[in-house]
Amino acid sequence: MTAAVEFRNVSRHFGPVRAVDGVDLSIAEGSFFAMLGPSGSGKTTCLRLISGFESPTGGEIRIFGENSGSVPPNRRNVNTVFQDYALFPHMNVRDNVAYGLMVKGVDRVRRHARAEELLALVKLDGYGERKPGQLSGGQRQRVALARALVNEPRVLLLDEPLGALDLKLREAMQDELKALQQRLRITFVFVTHDQGEALSMADQVAVFSEGRVAQVGTPAEVYGRPRTRFVADFVGSSNVLPPEMTQRLGGPARWSSLRPEAMRLIPPEGAALSGQVTALRYLGAGTRVVVRTGGAEIGVLVPAGTAVPEPGASVGLGFDRAALHLMDEA
Amino acid sequence: MNAAPPEPVAVTLPARGPGDRLSGLFWRHPKLLLGLLLAPPLLWLGVVYLGSLAALLLQSFYYIDEFSGVVVPEFTLKTYAELFRAQNLDIILRTVLMAAAVTLGCAVIGFPVAYFAARYAKGAWKAAFYLGVLLPLWSSYLVKVYAWKLILAKEGIITWAAEGTGTSAILNAVLSLPGIGGNSLSTSYIGTWVVFVYVWLPYMILPMQAALERVPVSLLEASADLGATRAQTFRTVILPLALPGVIAGSIFTFSLTLGDYIIPQIVGTSARFIGLAVYQFQGTAGNIPLAAAFAVVPIVIMLVYLTIAKRQGAFDVL
Repeated sequence: MTAAVEFRNVSRHFGPVRAVDGVDLSIAEGSFFAMLGPSGSGKTTCLRLISGFESPTGGEIRIFGENSGSVPPNRRNVNTVFQDYALFPHMNVRDNVAYGLMVKGVDRVRRHARAEELLALVKLDGYGERKPGQLSGGQRQRVALARALVNEPRVLLLDEPLGALDLKLREAMQDELKALQQRLRITFVFVTHDQGEALSMADQVAVFSEGRVAQVGTPAEVYGRPRTRFVADFVGSSNVLPPEMTQRLGGPARWSSLRPEAMRLIPPEGAALSGQVTALRYLGAGTRVVVRTGGAEIGVLVPAGTAVPEPGASVGLGFDRAALHLMDEA
Repeated sequence: MNAAPPEPVAVTLPARGPGDRLSGLFWRHPKLLLGLLLAPPLLWLGVVYLGSLAALLLQSFYYIDEFSGVVVPEFTLKTYAELFRAQNLDIILRTVLMAAAVTLGCAVIGFPVAYFAARYAKGAWKAAFYLGVLLPLWSSYLVKVYAWKLILAKEGIITWAAEGTGTSAILNAVLSLPGIGGNSLSTSYIGTWVVFVYVWLPYMILPMQAALERVPVSLLEASADLGATRAQTFRTVILPLALPGVIAGSIFTFSLTLGDYIIPQIVGTSARFIGLAVYQFQGTAGNIPLAAAFAVVPIVIMLVYLTIAKRQGAFDVL
């Protein structure tokens, strides 16, 4: 099966700045693909390379097997949900949604009917007459989504789609987007800097760092078996351990990562590893306890309902050997 | 060592003088400051400007005694009826057509400049844009108009350049256009139009540029993303969003052309425009009521123009 989107050694340099540098990626058709990374890591540029608003300075991008090099954005059957939604302020919601059909020359009756269908899909029936300025952030987001779907794109791109929404709404929209994607079977590619969002929605996650892809895998792979220190650090709140620390925990002299939730506090007497509690952070569902041991600080997640030690207390650290993940690279 | 207990920090800082007390007063009465700031300009506008306008309006309802040449302060619509005499209607029609043509010319020439400045110009280029647009405003209006008279004259640089490049035929063809042509550019309506467009162009470019600057790039990208060609994006997104700026600019160019009385005197046929008519009626002819009635014409035209623009939804985006 040809990939929906394929990056072959793609670079996008802006003068001396290597926004995207030698990226190879294959996004399977029908998948929900996340590009995750801190700001400036090249993920948004990659999205713009797919939509055609940027052109690669090296390599090639294939969309369903076709080299997209010379195809302008308006002729790519790829649509985007913009970060600021980019709704046309002078058109009402229905005309916004129908815009893609209008520029194709679909007559008014047919395009309005189709727009109403899409508004129903995003649960905004009856909002057609309103102007974007009269909608809440969450509603605007849905309009942007409906508008991007009106042309039945082969690939839907979402640029930080939930970034401007508050927490509760963001979680609700995560579920909705996921359900929508599963229903429509369109390939979704979304950019985010929120690792929780990437892990909860995506089938595949590409973690970006400084214009390169640090790791691609399922959320479980990226979370559980980070390939590099950067991935371990960025995805989740893992303890990244230097080789000497790994050895003290009974592993080989290599960098490793250890999830805070895979550790537990035990009495210091007789423990293989012990130290002092230096800080506590209450998280609601648990408490993150930072323990200083052998020159390193290790975070331990203590579930709610378990006794939490005072700062300064001596504690022992227990963990599963199986949870100690050795990384391929520093 | 026992440190001295720290001095407690005051909860309320003492007033440092009349300045602090005054700003405290304004803080407690925010409307007082607003009132003080607005009073002088409102007085200026209300009394001096609107007052003189009302006086003018009043004059237009008087009439001049044809034998004695004295203004008779009695209410009448006779003076307005005079506006509809053929020679006066000619003046009005000529002025309105010229103002419309100048506005259209400014919009068409100014739009690409404004678009470039809003979308692409950064740093030094932006400074160059402002300088280029505003520089002509630094020199005297009369100097510019006379400079144009020289440029457009029969012995001027345009005729010379046309002869040098062998394009005299084109120039002559343009000059022989019925109605707007003439003996030379400087004595034709075309010449008047060129100079009007030149002097009012900055007033069109600046508001258009301000309006275009407020159109986010993402809207243009969204349009292209959804399949629109550049022409479609221009028609359905850029133009409607820039329209308030175009209207604002056209208010300047239109009303400035309606009221100007110097350019048509210096460049063009000697046919009269509204501004010139007002000037002559209130000066040499001493017919203040008719001058006032003529002065009301541009005001009425602008009101009609703005009403139509509003009906068309030109200000919906504001």
